[in-house]
Amino acid sequence: MKLTTRVWTRTVLSAATAAALAGSVWAQGQPVKIGLLATLEGPFAAGGADGMRGAELAVKQRGGIVAGRKIEIIKASSDAKPDVAVNATRKLVEQDKVEIMVGPLSGGEGIAVKDYSKTQPQVTFINGASGAQATTLVNPSPNFFRFNTEGAQWMMGLGKAAMDKGYKRVMVIAEDYAFPYSQVQGFMAEYCKLGGKVPEKAWVPLGGKDYSSVIAKIPKDVDALLVVLGGADAVNFLTQYENAGGDKPMLGGSIMVSQDILNYKGKRRDSLVGTISAGPVADAFEGAEWKAFVADYQKNYPVSAGGFPSPSLFAYVYYQNMKAALDGLDAVKGDLSGGQAKYREALSKMVLKTPTGDVRLDANRQAIGTTFVTEVVKDAKGNLTTKVLRKVDNVEQTLGMKAEDFKIGSRDVPACPT
Amino acid sequence: MSAARWRNAMKSGAQSSNVGRPNFSTQATTASSRDSYAVADSATVFSRVQRSVKPRHLLVASVALAFPFFSTPFFTFQVMSQSLILGLIALSLSFLAGYGGMVSLAQMTVAGIAGYGVAVFGTSSAAEISLGWPWWVAVPTAVSVAVICATLIGWLSVRTEGIYTIMITLAIGVAFYYLVLQNYSIFNGFQGLRELKPPTVFSVNWRQPTAFYFMSLFCAMAGYFLVRYIVRAPFGVALQGIRDNPRRMEALGFHVVAHRVAAYALAGLIAAVGGILLAWYNALMTPGSVGVSWLINMLVIAVLGGVKHPIGAFLGALIFVLLQTFAIDVIDRERFNLVIGGVFLAIVLFSPDGLLGLWAKLRSRFGPNQTITTTQRRMT
Repeated sequence: MKLTTRVWTRTVLSAATAAALAGSVWAQGQPVKIGLLATLEGPFAAGGADGMRGAELAVKQRGGIVAGRKIEIIKASSDAKPDVAVNATRKLVEQDKVEIMVGPLSGGEGIAVKDYSKTQPQVTFINGASGAQATTLVNPSPNFFRFNTEGAQWMMGLGKAAMDKGYKRVMVIAEDYAFPYSQVQGFMAEYCKLGGKVPEKAWVPLGGKDYSSVIAKIPKDVDALLVVLGGADAVNFLTQYENAGGDKPMLGGSIMVSQDILNYKGKRRDSLVGTISAGPVADAFEGAEWKAFVADYQKNYPVSAGGFPSPSLFAYVYYQNMKAALDGLDAVKGDLSGGQAKYREALSKMVLKTPTGDVRLDANRQAIGTTFVTEVVKDAKGNLTTKVLRKVDNVEQTLGMKAEDFKIGSRDVPACPT
Repeated sequence: MSAARWRNAMKSGAQSSNVGRPNFSTQATTASSRDSYAVADSATVFSRVQRSVKPRHLLVASVALAFPFFSTPFFTFQVMSQSLILGLIALSLSFLAGYGGMVSLAQMTVAGIAGYGVAVFGTSSAAEISLGWPWWVAVPTAVSVAVICATLIGWLSVRTEGIYTIMITLAIGVAFYYLVLQNYSIFNGFQGLRELKPPTVFSVNWRQPTAFYFMSLFCAMAGYFLVRYIVRAPFGVALQGIRDNPRRMEALGFHVVAHRVAAYALAGLIAAVGGILLAWYNALMTPGSVGVSWLINMLVIAVLGGVKHPIGAFLGALIFVLLQTFAIDVIDRERFNLVIGGVFLAIVLFSPDGLLGLWAKLRSRFGPNQTITTTQRRMT
């Protein structure tokens, strides 16, 4: 009994020593602690899990080491509620003492974490996938960086595409919160300038089930509908619109024409062909770097292991932000001294190489990047897929307006009814 | 306890808390001198304090007071302050459930009304909505509005019993959730109101972890002692009578509905204070703060701690917050909610009375032969 205990203790001790030695050989210098926050609960649980995969992919591509320092990822989860996100972030920052923080996923969370970041100047915060405009436009925080473009930027180019299709009057149907506001603004900023009219906007509650009153309100004289609904809301709307005998062509928001909607079964499905949309990623983009990224994702996270057939928007955006965090560390040789001043300067001036093109930051530490305009087409096998119509580079957060003229999108901004 | 003794308990007013025990005040009354009555009364208070304060109370009090000086700001703020605040809101539920026999899921809603109240009457990020009143107007107004709402909720739901009370208060809670989700003119819809900060008073920034902790501690202790006092006062004794046998109490001449509504109002006051602290803690109010998950979480906290004694709510809240914060470190995967659920299940399975019941069981097995004293037992 006593002997076995001693042998057991020795084994454990020697194993621990070996592990410690191996660790010290692995990386010179201290490991760098990075906090990673995404929604593993709540409405965006699937997207949050894929976001984590994207961020991990960026770490894996560097073999878990940056500038000779081992990368230690500490994960936390929220459920898309701002208070939960701040609690989780506070735990990572104050309890686990991370040096760099990557996250969160949704818009409201992003604003709350940005507010919190002001009280923790010793830590650099890099966004996850949150896309609220106000995060970097209203009271920006000096240590909060966002290397992804947001909702309004994602819709740049769609207005012109709609005019090219000959849609002169468009009705908007969108969910009633910040993200759809910004998407509608991104569309209308360009569309109204080109002479398009939006006579009617219908703001529907998130998670609404009944769209009959909205469908009844659709004026006869509009040429198309701009539908900015996500997930189940989009499917519900399409089904009810089809049952009501609607036949207007559609323009889709960035999360509208995703694979889950395109796989939707119904008569209306065929009428989705020709729907144009815009967003930061396009499954069918032909760029070599994008294809390499998709292949890498598929190799690391095959569908059998829970991955998606093609990386989702969340995976891509988290990948982009984590890559920025690591590239920045590489640029300063892992030096986070002096209140991370050098690191932050490197981040601000960095031209980030991403699979969809170069990303730079503006004065508010917000990304200036690429948007794709896509169209739904039917492939040889009869499956619906998207095709890239146009690639719009260097989209700024102010959508080409002067900073002082720019107003954050809301229910009534912008407007061009007649 | 017989009806006659209940009636006596009610009639004897402030002395009723000493029912069934020999005490000074009854002797003082027989002495019939007004002055000696007053003297004896203060002696009663003193001896009562002496009797009820035990070494373990002093230990808890000194740990609570010294805690922020030995701990990290993270523990002081996120773990302890949050536990105290959630405990305070859960206390209002366990007061209603434990002493009034009414399980109200709408306590988080009352807290949310108070939280939204300070956001709307005080200052927030939405300048076009907030009225910008100074805190000493905004806070009392918010509390009053919440108490009025709690009274109305009570007035609606007291005519129901058991599961129907749960249903009607759940319905009210869900209705309020959808109201704040879809109303933009007052509650700012899905995005809610942000940048709610406690005021700087006496040149102390109450948002600092230590200051915020002491503010929460003060409110939590005030709530705790208020409940401890109330349940021994005539009102609380009558409330427990109503819990145990409303028909008999009605026959004795008590207005059952009025007592219950008053209990809701009092619980509403406690929940409102907790709600304002919670709004300041999170620095924001969003529909998510009053969503169904939080209504249920309050019940979980109360049941986890045990509703037979006011301290249960705070114990439950502490366990709840610790699990919420650290479960993800136990299992470093997407499955940490399993740990949280598993612990809750284990506690409720092994001890239907929550942590307090567990404590009582342990004491009866290992300690001197006594069980935890609930007010209910002391009265019988």
